[in-house]
Amino acid sequence: MTDFAVSLAAVSMIFETAGGSVHALDDITIDVRDGEFISLIGPSGCGKSTMLRLVGDLLVPTEGNVAVRGKTARQARLDREYGMVFQSSTLLEWRKVAANVELPLEIMGVPPEQRASRAREMLALVDLTGFEDNYPWQLSGGMQQRVSIARALAFEPSILLMDEPFGALDEMTRERMQMEVLQIQKQTGTTIIFVTHSIPEAAFLSDRVAVMSPRPGRIAEVIEIDLPKPRVFETREDPAFFAAVTKVRESLRGFEAFE
Amino acid sequence: MVQPAADNAGRPFQLPRRYRTIVSFSLIVIALAVLWESYKWMGQTTGGVWPGTSLGLPVRTNNRAMPHLWDIVAALFRPARRGGDEILLVTLLEAAMFTFRSAFAGFLVGSTFGFGLAIWFIRSPLAERGLMPYVVASQTVPLIAIAPMVVIWGGQAGLPTWLAVAVISSYLCFFPVAINSLRGLRSPPATATELMRSYAATPHEVLTKLQIPAALPFLFPALKIAATASVIGAIIGELPAGLSVGLGRALLSFASSFSSAPEKLFGAVLLSSLLGVLFVGLVALAERRLIPENRRIAEIPEFAT
Repeated sequence: MTDFAVSLAAVSMIFETAGGSVHALDDITIDVRDGEFISLIGPSGCGKSTMLRLVGDLLVPTEGNVAVRGKTARQARLDREYGMVFQSSTLLEWRKVAANVELPLEIMGVPPEQRASRAREMLALVDLTGFEDNYPWQLSGGMQQRVSIARALAFEPSILLMDEPFGALDEMTRERMQMEVLQIQKQTGTTIIFVTHSIPEAAFLSDRVAVMSPRPGRIAEVIEIDLPKPRVFETREDPAFFAAVTKVRESLRGFEAFE
Repeated sequence: MVQPAADNAGRPFQLPRRYRTIVSFSLIVIALAVLWESYKWMGQTTGGVWPGTSLGLPVRTNNRAMPHLWDIVAALFRPARRGGDEILLVTLLEAAMFTFRSAFAGFLVGSTFGFGLAIWFIRSPLAERGLMPYVVASQTVPLIAIAPMVVIWGGQAGLPTWLAVAVISSYLCFFPVAINSLRGLRSPPATATELMRSYAATPHEVLTKLQIPAALPFLFPALKIAATASVIGAIIGELPAGLSVGLGRALLSFASSFSSAPEKLFGAVLLSSLLGVLFVGLVALAERRLIPENRRIAEIPEFAT
């Protein structure tokens, strides 16, 4: 038993495809602390999304071991430890907003009244009170993504896996959503693993940033972000923030030179 | 009543949408009627050649080959048989009702079977790989060859003839429904499936909460094709069945007397296609009630096999 939320030990992932085998991840070892916000950053093809899917038991590693709160990844999934948010909100278009948030609760057998009140609570958390009876297509992209965050948090998972959740949003919406996610994390204490390809985003949000290099995907460096918490609007103007951004950028450049 | 004037200011007058459909439909019917009659008139005037040439027209224009439209309509209201007192329209409507019963039963059975097959295929890749070639091949076998067998087997099994005809009709229905449902069941993005997996949803829950709702908009275009196919299937099924009623029977006997009374065959063709159109209309109505407008798929996607 460890007090780590997630532990990856010597994890490798090889995909067998028609065009031969692809070495997506090689010898990944990292521990994620409980309640930590960790970002995975790297150029496309570095396997950061694959790594997220290994943690969430959507993929099974070729080698190595993934432990989640002392359990196997599979057991953790069956125990509903994971909330997932993708780049596309993936809302079910035939369900109203509230019914989308209720979907996981429905599958977990929560009684209807409890589901409804929980959905209201979650929508309030992402600032969408009053939109319960709208259909997803009636909402803006940022609002849709907030619904998908509300849905991911509805069943109180201990770990939130986010795969470029703000990648399709405009810069202003994006910054507001970043603040909201930090706010939510503060309230719920959820551990967050966050895949991004935005350097400032990773620096602003994270306790640590894992910089990954491609082909095969490896963790090149893990950078501690020493910025005071809570992060606020002014954090982005803090010289320490620029220093953190620079550090991540330098680390990314280290292997880009050899491409 | 005072209408808000600003609403229509500067905009050309437009009929409400549902009248627009009726108007454009009527215009096309009128245009076709005018085309028919003018071709006929041209042929009669020139003696069967293109004007100013000696090239013969592809279809003869005399009353035996191309009766006047008003003669066809008039024939609908004359007795169907010499000496009888039932007019042709009533005979044909009765025949259409009989055929519709088989077509509707065939439609229900065929569509249900097609949808079931699609569900089986997404659950079992082995079944799909093994059976899909036969599903496709089934539609290349001429229906006219299978129909007599089904009628004979049905007779031996003690099925009423109209039900044997329904089975033949279902044979044409299941295919478009199976292919399109399969496409619809597979339409959710990979992330939606991953999401369900992260909730530890059972395969049954994935089916009922994700795949089937996602497939519904894909189902209706296929059901429209199945509706027309079911009528055609039922008519073909009736041909070898030796029935004394039904559109198949009427088409067969009017075809044999085409040279003496062509209007009757045209009348039967008219009623047959009207039946198909009405059936498709019913399906469209059901779609309108069940699928919100923004989720309707206007055209059937290309068959991906």
